[in-house]
Amino acid sequence: MKPGFVIFALIVFALLSYALYAALVLAPTELTMGDVQRIFYYHLPSAWTGMLLFIVNFVASIWYLIKRNAKADILALTTAEVGLVFWTVVLITGPLWARPVWGIWWTWDARLTSSLVLWLIYASYLILRRFSAGTQMPVLAATLAVFGFADVPFVYLAIWFFRTQHPQPVIGGGGSLDPYMWHVVLWNWLAFGLFAVLVCWVRWRLETTKRQVEALHATAALEGGYR
Amino acid sequence: MSESGITLAALRKDLRLEWRSKDAINSMLFFSLLVVVIFSFAFNPTAEESRIIAGGLIWTAFLFAAVVALNQTWARELRNQVLDAYRVSPAPANALFLSKAIGNFVFVTVLEALMTPLFIVFYNLRALGPAYLLLVVSVLGTWALVVNGTFFAAISLRTRSREIMLPLLLFPISVPALMAMVEATRIILMGDGSPKFWIVLLGVYDVVFTTVCLTLFETVLNAE
Repeated sequence: MKPGFVIFALIVFALLSYALYAALVLAPTELTMGDVQRIFYYHLPSAWTGMLLFIVNFVASIWYLIKRNAKADILALTTAEVGLVFWTVVLITGPLWARPVWGIWWTWDARLTSSLVLWLIYASYLILRRFSAGTQMPVLAATLAVFGFADVPFVYLAIWFFRTQHPQPVIGGGGSLDPYMWHVVLWNWLAFGLFAVLVCWVRWRLETTKRQVEALHATAALEGGYR
Repeated sequence: MSESGITLAALRKDLRLEWRSKDAINSMLFFSLLVVVIFSFAFNPTAEESRIIAGGLIWTAFLFAAVVALNQTWARELRNQVLDAYRVSPAPANALFLSKAIGNFVFVTVLEALMTPLFIVFYNLRALGPAYLLLVVSVLGTWALVVNGTFFAAISLRTRSREIMLPLLLFPISVPALMAMVEATRIILMGDGSPKFWIVLLGVYDVVFTTVCLTLFETVLNAE
């Protein structure tokens, strides 16, 4: 294991510990929602991190389509997988927060529905990667990533217009946020963002090693090493 | 031969094949008939309710039925390596793509023309808004479904269990288009407000995704 990786992992661990402490102890308790509101410190940073990873996935896919660089493909795979995990956290913490505050687990509101559709798009991306094989798979996956990303503005626009036409439960929070709460959110975002980088790093190395092993197997088979 | 000439030639071949076999249209028709019947006892709507939900019913039925035709689009070209022949021929890839997309558009439009009267009878429909706009919605909406569908059928052709793959790829991407179709149809049937926003959204969706398809199709066709 590289020393750089260990140092980075330790930094991430320290940051996550501080962020946890800040979110659970340091942050002021919200007036109406009480302690439940502390989910916010996981919900929002996860969403931002997931969003960033999806953007990286899009850029890496374009990069792959132009240059056919294997590293770009591994980056696209890694960010899509980790991004989907973070997005799943968003979709799980959301209802957990909504239930005590709104009284319902789920509502087909603009923000929630578009998040769910985004999750579906990237899930289908990973399913495609699972179901196709060989050298054509990265090309197919990269084209789908372009479609998925091009779809996001439409999803948001359609659902936003659709739902604002009808009465709906109001999203909590909004407008004014205590400055100290912002402080805690940003620390949490930094911690989770770097944690995502760490996980991507591990996944990257796993995928690189896997491909090296596959290449070695292929060479060995060609040279008759398995006879 | 010009690009449009090649498109026309390939289109004519597909239409003739379909005219002789009627595979796609028959299975689509029967499939959407089943959907109409199943929906009718799943919801058991009155005339007033059915006006509200009809947009959703019609378009879901057409979407599901379109998948049947879309799945056959490229599978037919696999026999005797026709697709490989296309790839080595100097014909531009986009001509092939357009011919397939237009072909599917024709099939699904025929399906809609045949099924819509049935929907009207079964669900007691009568538009309270300007009915001619439904024509615009159906042209734009059908194109939105088939252009992406034709592209994703080409992708799923190269995967394991390709018939399952197509809807998994197509449906999430089609959510905004489907919403626009359903909402525009509902607004026209109910006669409340203007469906303009949804029609414009569909138009922009069509332009954007047709461009993306035409840009990337050659890459997908030649993916090795």
